[in-house]
Amino acid sequence: MIALGRHRWVGPLIGLVVVFVLFAILLPGQLTKPITIMTMARATAVVGIAASGTTMVIILGGIDLSVGSAVALTTVVIALVLKQDLGVVAAIVLAVLAAACAGAINGGLTVGLEIAPFIVTLGTMGALRGAAIGLAHEQRVYVDAHGIDALVLPTHGVLGVPLAVWLLFAVAASIAVLLNNTTYGRQVFAIGSNERTALLAGIRVKRIKIITYAVATGLAGVAGIVEFGRLTVGDPTDSVGLELAVIASSVIGGSSLAGGEGSVLGTIFGAMMMTVIQTGCSFLGLASWLQMILTGVIIIAAAGLDRFRQKAAASRVRSRSHNPRKL
Amino acid sequence: MSLVTRGIEKSYGPTRALAGVDLEAEGGRITAVIGQNGAGKSTLMGVLAGAVAPDAGTMSLDGAPYAPRSPLDARRAGVAMVHQELSLCPHLSVAENVLLGRLPTRGGLVDWKEARRLAVAALEPLVVIDPRTKVSDLSLANQQLVEIARALAFRCRVLILDEPTSSLAASDVLRLFARLRVLKERGLVILYLSHFLEEVTTLADRFVVLRDGENVGGGDVDGSAAGGTPRMVELMAGRAIATLYPRSTHTPGDVALSAGELVVRRGEVVGIAGLVGAGRTTLLRSILRANGTGAAPIRKAMLSEDRKAEGLATSLSIAANITLSRPASRWGFFVTRGGDERASRPWMERMGIRATSASQKVSELSGGNQQKVALARIMHDGADVLLVDEPTRGIDVETKARIYELIDQAARGGKAIVVVSSYLPELLGICDRIHVMRRGELGPSHEASALDEHALLREAAL
Repeated sequence: MIALGRHRWVGPLIGLVVVFVLFAILLPGQLTKPITIMTMARATAVVGIAASGTTMVIILGGIDLSVGSAVALTTVVIALVLKQDLGVVAAIVLAVLAAACAGAINGGLTVGLEIAPFIVTLGTMGALRGAAIGLAHEQRVYVDAHGIDALVLPTHGVLGVPLAVWLLFAVAASIAVLLNNTTYGRQVFAIGSNERTALLAGIRVKRIKIITYAVATGLAGVAGIVEFGRLTVGDPTDSVGLELAVIASSVIGGSSLAGGEGSVLGTIFGAMMMTVIQTGCSFLGLASWLQMILTGVIIIAAAGLDRFRQKAAASRVRSRSHNPRKL
Repeated sequence: MSLVTRGIEKSYGPTRALAGVDLEAEGGRITAVIGQNGAGKSTLMGVLAGAVAPDAGTMSLDGAPYAPRSPLDARRAGVAMVHQELSLCPHLSVAENVLLGRLPTRGGLVDWKEARRLAVAALEPLVVIDPRTKVSDLSLANQQLVEIARALAFRCRVLILDEPTSSLAASDVLRLFARLRVLKERGLVILYLSHFLEEVTTLADRFVVLRDGENVGGGDVDGSAAGGTPRMVELMAGRAIATLYPRSTHTPGDVALSAGELVVRRGEVVGIAGLVGAGRTTLLRSILRANGTGAAPIRKAMLSEDRKAEGLATSLSIAANITLSRPASRWGFFVTRGGDERASRPWMERMGIRATSASQKVSELSGGNQQKVALARIMHDGADVLLVDEPTRGIDVETKARIYELIDQAARGGKAIVVVSSYLPELLGICDRIHVMRRGELGPSHEASALDEHALLREAAL
């Protein structure tokens, strides 16, 4: 039997189902329409892809605030490269590379100067935004989308599901395998759980950190491709505050900001939950300020529930250590 | 298999932690390293495990030179240390912790089946645990065994255990001993650090005594006159410097503090001896928190053993620290820097705090002067009961003498003082009465004049 309680994504999944059922009852026949579900899935793609990367950083015990700026920068880079007629492939590759380089800088500064990642990425959040605005000459970059918009068009889906959603699934699945079933991924968990021990065991902590920040921001670049598909322009002022939605998804999805725990699947459920709340609230005609309050409450409730769960587990262990099990 | 050290020396500033230690340990035997606090045990084990770089001396492993540059280096050479504070990744499974940094792979992915097999193999001489269990779900005793298993998975030849039983229940201690005997039979060199002589006589084959950073003797543990606890106590004890301690007559007044066995009168210094982990600090904290039963509330102040983390706000000035709990305020709330500094200067003079001015940051002071600032704070606080935890840890002899004098003065000034210390000569030197604490229980009160180190060691360690 699979012990469901052991998996961190179970709680977020239950939360998602509860929220979905709640809104489905409040909005009979509306939320369960395939078109609505598709729209919600598509709306989750950008946040979900970016959050898969940030979840890696959070498991590592770090944080990345530069995600929103990285997405905006990516849309600008894609637009500029397309404008030079270098082709779609070059645009996508260059954009993701630019993002990954920014991530490597985040990791490098964190490791090299031993500055807290919160400060480093707070700095690069501003710097990347500035770079995007500068590259775009302080305006939107209008360009023919060269078919990138097909990512989000319902007409170009496979099995009726837009390509962006397939991309989200592919990214989430790959990162889940990377984290759970490769040496690299397990080392990410080990560092987040106890960095000194990881170091003592011969894990190359600095290298793993730089790689993880690079992959995470690289994934923000992938999210940026989808975002460009949605916008069809390069917009340097896009995705302001996206990093907070991304971190919220991760926390609702069961990640601990102290590091060592988290799951990509949970994060995706967390991101979906936020989309369902937003969609449900706007269908109900609730004001956006109410949605904001509700989202805030859910973030705090998720973290609070997790804390409660951990305390309960800790006291269980304490009582056990007084009555050692027979071997 | 053998581990040999010759002339290992290590100094921290003016403090000489190791003064040329020669040590030999063979495979297939358990060697206990014993000694009082500050005898240099931990430093020596740090040197062996690659965490501390020695100033002088050589080491060899099976005859080959051994000079680790880091704990990782030592592990690769086959020397692993299991610390008092466990170093595990609590969120990961048992298998992952045992194979940390060396998970087997197959086609780029982790081979979990093989990982579980290897982990079970490493755990086999120790304990039967499902390797998929999360480490934070294990009892402390089993977590410790997981850490030993990790050392075995690293193919360690020398296993160093630092106070492994300090947080274990009695039944777990016996289980650990049985496991260590199995490892011994496999030819491992096992070094076992402990304060508990009872454990040493039960478990170890040989013992080595460190005192003041030197190997002062040892032998086979065989229950004979040369290998029994009386000789261990004798070697550990050494001699105290009598002149260090002021010996003025205290005249005890009313009872200021009464907590179970512990009764302290005004003008009295009462000591609590005991081993690390005996629960002395916990006792002090509970006294600090407890409300007095008398009519007039008794003010209590505590000097923490952890100067940097609890005793002082090191990023603030001397004046801010001394007046921390009783600011020199006007109208009950208005505080000026000048006022704090004026209030602090007499204390700096009385304590002999060497600093450029009262506004100097505490972090810029030496350890001894920091300790004097911490002591000045609880004296300035005006409390009736002073709870003092390890007042002279890590400070030079001159400052120690000054602190003893200040404690003596405070007692003559009518304060009731409780001193916790792991350094027995100090307790015997400054206290009027002494209790021994052992595994959470406070023993009866003894007149200090009727005690010596042997008696205290026997009560604390047996």
